[in-house]
Amino acid sequence: MDEDRTTRAAAPIAEFREAGKRYGSVVAAEALSLAIARGEFLSFLGPSGCGKTTALRMLAGFEAPTSGQVLLDGRVVNDVPAYRRPVNMVFQHYALFPHLTVADNIAYGLRQRRPRPPAAEIARAVDAALELVRLPGFGRRRIWEMSGGQQQRVALARAIVNRPKLLLLDEPLAALDRKLRRDMQIELQGLQRQLGITFVLVTHDQEEALSMSDRICILRAGRIVQVGGPRDLYDRPANRYVADFIGKSNFFEGRVAATDGDRATLTLAGGRSLDGRMPVPLQPGAAATASLRPEQIVLTRGPAAAGGVPVRVANRIFLGEHTEYLVESAGLGGFLVLVPRQAEADAGALEPGDLATAHWPPGAALILKAD
Amino acid sequence: MRLYALAVYLFLYIPIGVIALFSFNAGRHASQFQGFSLQWYGRALANPLVMEALGTSLRVAFVAALLATLCGTAAALALSSLAGPLRRLFDALIYVAVMIPGIVIGIATLIALVTLFDRVNPALAVLWPASGQAPQLGMGQASLIAAHGLFAMALVILIVRARIAGMDRSLIEASADLGATPFGTFRQVTLPQIAPGILAGFLLGFTFSFDDFIIAFFVAGSETTLPVYVFSSIRRGVTPEINAIGTMVLAVSLALLILAQAILRRGRRQGSGG
Ligand SMILES: Nc1ncnc2c1ncn2[C@@H]1O[C@H](COP(=O)(O)OP(=O)(O)OP(=O)(O)O)[C@@H](O)[C@H]1O
Ligand SMILES: [Mg+2]
Repeated sequence: MDEDRTTRAAAPIAEFREAGKRYGSVVAAEALSLAIARGEFLSFLGPSGCGKTTALRMLAGFEAPTSGQVLLDGRVVNDVPAYRRPVNMVFQHYALFPHLTVADNIAYGLRQRRPRPPAAEIARAVDAALELVRLPGFGRRRIWEMSGGQQQRVALARAIVNRPKLLLLDEPLAALDRKLRRDMQIELQGLQRQLGITFVLVTHDQEEALSMSDRICILRAGRIVQVGGPRDLYDRPANRYVADFIGKSNFFEGRVAATDGDRATLTLAGGRSLDGRMPVPLQPGAAATASLRPEQIVLTRGPAAAGGVPVRVANRIFLGEHTEYLVESAGLGGFLVLVPRQAEADAGALEPGDLATAHWPPGAALILKAD
Repeated sequence: MRLYALAVYLFLYIPIGVIALFSFNAGRHASQFQGFSLQWYGRALANPLVMEALGTSLRVAFVAALLATLCGTAAALALSSLAGPLRRLFDALIYVAVMIPGIVIGIATLIALVTLFDRVNPALAVLWPASGQAPQLGMGQASLIAAHGLFAMALVILIVRARIAGMDRSLIEASADLGATPFGTFRQVTLPQIAPGILAGFLLGFTFSFDDFIIAFFVAGSETTLPVYVFSSIRRGVTPEINAIGTMVLAVSLALLILAQAILRRGRRQGSGG
């Protein structure tokens, strides 16, 4: 008994073991293997239709895996229905009960408990939850009297008031405007720290995943491509797909000409070669992609500085804190360069048609498996 | 074109307007209006035959609508969990049932019931203990309730099905996610969500039964509902009293229909709150 408890405490709060889900011939998720640690903030990130919601629904208990296992707290829960799982979900469109008040929505989970907690206790918990999501005094309102952002908070309160072991969030911020989304991201992160509940977030917004998560799980067509911390994924993407999804990048296709430890030289299609760091070992001759972040490239005015790539400015887009330049080079084709506001102010803005030189530090380019 | 539409509306509503107007006529002749009076309403309500027919009508309408609501709601819930093609078939059948003319339903129900009684009554006579007189099944309130209830059930299924189809599925998942058992979810989420449809279905079923003449004419046996009473009185001439009864039936029906509409509309707003 005691032994059982200690092994369970050490076990991850949730785990996928080769879990897959098919709908007829559609494979929504395939052989997912992933352990979610207690108290972490994990995000599923990927484009539309890659299986994020499916993964989340298997944790919630709305879908049973068609292969493999889903575990909660060290136990296989494949056949445990949603209403018997210590897990709560914030739905993409909130799914608040329109026939109940805000307070009754939040109290709903507590009222399902057997034995049912006393009314005064429920009322206290509801008030505390409203306080937590910064909606004190809104309990008597009807759902349709709340704005989108307020409804989102009610949905959050309705879930966390139950103190679930695992809180699932399916694109909870997708319907909010940019500013409100930013605020809610910070609040969600703060709440997660404050409550110590494990959060699993689904998003297709890479910025959201990068800024909030301890770890990000990148999905592609139902499979896990890479799992890691935001920095890991940014600095050491497993392949072009990940580099493309996390942050903006310039890509140059070619073949590995030579390798030396974690460094490699790529021969591009145009015959030019490019040096870079190779996070995942590749064999010489393999098809590969060089990834170069726009913010790692520096532009200097005038042609042909030593070691740089001569370019011509094709377009310039003002983005506030940064200016994005599209430049053309004979050997590399077109690529993007991000210039911080201060650097541009110091050196003077370049105009379309101007000649310049692009530099980047050694090792800035990543040589990745083409996919 | 517009003139044509206007003519159609006038043609439809003038007779109704005339009936309503003359029900307030102080004189007894339908040809000229002799001042406002409620005397015909008083007479109609004081007439024991009218009151008896009204009582029968109300009783039949209430029981038929109640049965239709219970069975229809259960059927609608069962239908919505059926798989695609089968459900579409049943949905189509329900539409057909609502579209069938009353006279067809009346005759069909009459034949079905008569056939049934012809089979059951001899069997009852045989099985009944020798000491007593075996009961004879025949046309009456029960057969009328059955016929009205069947038709009203189709109405209820139609309305409740639409309501279930329009319901946000994620509400049910949210309820389960928060720990409610399937029955708990039904009681606390599904039922409140479809309640406006159920109530509207009841009201429409009631109105249908209360107004119906054709089916009642065939299956009511010796029972007299208000429309049947009106029909039999008219053969002795249209009196202002009949106008008054017709106007009252019209007013009650319209009020119930408007109420049903209002409930459905309000429910739609509450249903889209999430
Ligand atoms: N009930 C279902 N029946 C059939 N196919 C389904 C069902 N649910 C999902 N799918 C399919 O499974 C795949 C993954 O769907 P899922 O909803 O998990 O994607 P997602 O990553 O959440 O996408 P989005 O970002 O658009 O929400 C998709 O191809 C989808 O069409
Ligand atoms: Mg999704």
